[in-house]
Amino acid sequence: MNAYPPPDGAPSPHDAVARFARRWAAALGGTSDAPMSQPELQAFLEELSQKLAAAIREDTVEAQADAVAVALIRANFHTTAALRRTMEVFAEGFLDELRGEPGADDELKLRARLGQLLGGVSAGFAQGLQERTRAEQERLQRAALKAVRTADRDRRTVEARFRAVFADAAVGIGMVDLTGRVLDVNAAFARMLGFRPEEVRGRTVAEIIGSSAQAATSTRYLDLLTGGRDHFRTETARVRPDGTRLILDLSMSMVRDDDGNPDFVIGVAVDITERRQLQDQLWHESRHDSLTGLPNRTLFAEELAERLTQPACGRLGLSFLDLDGFKDINDSLGHAVGDQLLVAVARRLEEAVAQGDRLVARLGGDEFVVLDDDCVGDAAVVGPAEAILEALQVPFIVGGRELTISASIGVVDSRAVGTDPQALMRAADITLYRAKAEGKSRLARYDPRDSARQITQHTLATALPAALTRDEFFCDYQPIVGLDDGRLRGVEALIRWQHPQLGIVGPNQFIPVAEETGHIAAVGRWVLSAACRQAGRWAAQNPTLTCYISVNVAVGQLRQPGLVDDVMQVLAASGIPAEHLQLELTESAVLGDDRGPADELRRLADAGVRLAIDDFGTGYANLAYLTRLPVCQVKLAGEFLKPLRTGRSVDPKHDIVLASIIALAHDLGLSVTAEGVEHQAQADRLRALGCDAAQGWLFARPGPAEQVGQLIALQNRRS
Amino acid sequence: MANRPSWVPEDVDMEVPSPARMYDALLGGSHNFAVDRQAAAAATGLVPDLPAVAVSNRAFLRRVVRHLLDAGIRQFVDIGAGIPTVANTHELIAEAQPAARVVYVDIDPVAVAHAQALLAGVPDAITLRGDLRYPEALLAEPALRDFIDFTQPVAILFIAVLHLLTDADQPAKSVAALRDAVAPGSYLAISHLSSARRPQAAAQLADHAARQSRVPITFRSREEITAFFDGLALVEPGVVELPAWRPDAGDPADAARSLGLAGLGRRL
Repeated sequence: MNAYPPPDGAPSPHDAVARFARRWAAALGGTSDAPMSQPELQAFLEELSQKLAAAIREDTVEAQADAVAVALIRANFHTTAALRRTMEVFAEGFLDELRGEPGADDELKLRARLGQLLGGVSAGFAQGLQERTRAEQERLQRAALKAVRTADRDRRTVEARFRAVFADAAVGIGMVDLTGRVLDVNAAFARMLGFRPEEVRGRTVAEIIGSSAQAATSTRYLDLLTGGRDHFRTETARVRPDGTRLILDLSMSMVRDDDGNPDFVIGVAVDITERRQLQDQLWHESRHDSLTGLPNRTLFAEELAERLTQPACGRLGLSFLDLDGFKDINDSLGHAVGDQLLVAVARRLEEAVAQGDRLVARLGGDEFVVLDDDCVGDAAVVGPAEAILEALQVPFIVGGRELTISASIGVVDSRAVGTDPQALMRAADITLYRAKAEGKSRLARYDPRDSARQITQHTLATALPAALTRDEFFCDYQPIVGLDDGRLRGVEALIRWQHPQLGIVGPNQFIPVAEETGHIAAVGRWVLSAACRQAGRWAAQNPTLTCYISVNVAVGQLRQPGLVDDVMQVLAASGIPAEHLQLELTESAVLGDDRGPADELRRLADAGVRLAIDDFGTGYANLAYLTRLPVCQVKLAGEFLKPLRTGRSVDPKHDIVLASIIALAHDLGLSVTAEGVEHQAQADRLRALGCDAAQGWLFARPGPAEQVGQLIALQNRRS
Repeated sequence: MANRPSWVPEDVDMEVPSPARMYDALLGGSHNFAVDRQAAAAATGLVPDLPAVAVSNRAFLRRVVRHLLDAGIRQFVDIGAGIPTVANTHELIAEAQPAARVVYVDIDPVAVAHAQALLAGVPDAITLRGDLRYPEALLAEPALRDFIDFTQPVAILFIAVLHLLTDADQPAKSVAALRDAVAPGSYLAISHLSSARRPQAAAQLADHAARQSRVPITFRSREEITAFFDGLALVEPGVVELPAWRPDAGDPADAARSLGLAGLGRRL
């Protein structure tokens, strides 16, 4: 037998305490936020339970209860719920678990010690909780204090930064209360205003800047104070106490308090005086002529546009002038002298016309303009121009040399042209051109017809090159018939321009333009070639035909080299003999100039080409040239026939002139063709006077080549 | 507020309840002032088991930190840490081998000052003042970058903090910014007040906070809270009621009474 039988199924003391710890742990669950899992909690409480069990057995409750309470609080079982549950679970079951243990036999003693234990744990818990609470509160207070101190320190740091920004800023900063009193300004702002900061503080804005506050700024400032706006920015000019001027770029902002009510106004100012001066200087330089100091074209254009839009602008006179022969002075005396003369002229112009709002500008080169927007009456419009012409009578002394220079002036009146600046300038240009053309040192007043002419000429001039390449030209043909037999002697080719917009344009309009623009040679070649080609076609269809084709040659063509070669090439290409080509020249073309055309004409005549004088008798009546030139025909201008229109009221004197011309021509061996014959009476009289041939509506109007072809066919059938 | 420059000092106003101190009051702590206790008591008046919700949130913190330690994480950034009293992250990680470290971040200057005093002798924990609404500024904080090695895995803890950000504060953007800043293998842990189980209690508390506090509370739905884990792999059991997230044996697990959801996501 075993002398040491096993325990009789009663729980070991250890198991009993562990069971109690589980009950305790379950009771504490959820009462606190102790960082323990359930098994950890059980282990922790089992240890405490063991200590307390030992304390009850050994009667050391007083010492142990306190330690256990402290351990609980340290483990974060610091809530009243935790204490109550602990008390309950000990009161209910702790002694049950201890019974049967050695030294646990005296029920009364045990109960007394449990009472001690509960009292001791409660007291220790209360004490521990009080200490913990005090410590936590103290720590919290310290933390709060530290946080406040940190915030204060941060605030001071920020304030120090702001103070530095305020004091050392290059921009002016000022604060003004709602009554306009200056709370503070920084040194930069005070310096800008011409004060020391202490002279400004406490004074009102009005006292500092006086009444020079501009109306617009004041309005916006009031707006700011009354809440209409929170911010505005403006440029404002001020005068410092020492009289110097400054220009500020000023930003004003309303600062509001926490409740959103206006608190004070902050102003930030940048001194832009120098920047503005530089801008002004650049503006001035960009709008004035560096040589004469007069306003330049840019400023003039701006002024013109502005004055024209002002409702107060009445009648505006514009005098556009150009010095006569200035280029010669520049070329012969040098640019330095030319420049000095321009400066002197500028001064003279200013003296002559400077009054009121008149503007004198130099548009470039030797072109000047005077603008007067306060003209009353026609005389006033030309007033400046007349004054200038008179002022230029007095010679200039330039570089120790006496120079006289005149000017041509085009005067334009806005009442006649309208208020479009470009139209005014164009009109002035055209008018100046006419003043020059009419002879220099004079003024010309604007004439609307100039303008119309100029516009068409301009249109034609720009379209001419394209017209040649696009083949927009064509010819009409007008028969020339013998007055004795009515048979066809010749055909005059008349060039036309089928302009895409303007319709059919006659040679009177575009030949002068072609002459001016240098296209006359090409146009001339075209008509010569077209006419000869047509004549060649007629000749081919009618081998017996002997009539000539008559082509007009312009002045400009005669002046160009190569006319003779052109004619020869065209003749060769068309296959017609030289005798069947007649060139019509105007008197002015063959006169005036001396040898040039004469030689050319002789070469043409030598080749067999017929030469005729067109519009004979309308120009220069010098018949001597007829003897020097190889001419075979004169064509009487239609003007001569007007008195013959009815055939009834014949002016005897006129009749004598006409008869004399025809007789003279015949005497010189020239045939006579009359142009513009419209009435039978005219034809009859011409025939009676011995005129050889005629052309005009009486016989046939200018028309397409087919019309002449039919005439030829009719004539062929008759013969 | 959104445009407040960081160099303008914030007011420290002890007259206004602070979420950090209210939370401490709910847990039975004494790191709080009368205003905080009054606010906590008023909220508890509306939802009597609010202290238990706070305790259950603390239990989640304990479990998730232990889980992360087991997963080998040794760096923690605890955002919205409040007052790190007993049983906080730094105590939970204190025994870890090898040693772990934690950065506490909070917006409340008093909480930060308190934590700094509390942790004066603790080498493995620091406290920074920071605003979750400006994650770039937070991530640029030199003290954070000195203390945390962002090339190594790190756990970012958003324990009961995201519901203090309104939708206008764009909390998802902040979470994403921090998610993108951490190395693969890192974790984001979130616990969040939710209207999922007890919409009425949630509405009462939200309304109370809106009227009584400077910091409103935004209770979010399960979907909204799950969306914070976009771009992360959710760790089992996913986004669940606070007591149901990996409970220890014997933990109270009354998920039906829960007012909060929790989850843990891993960056792949």
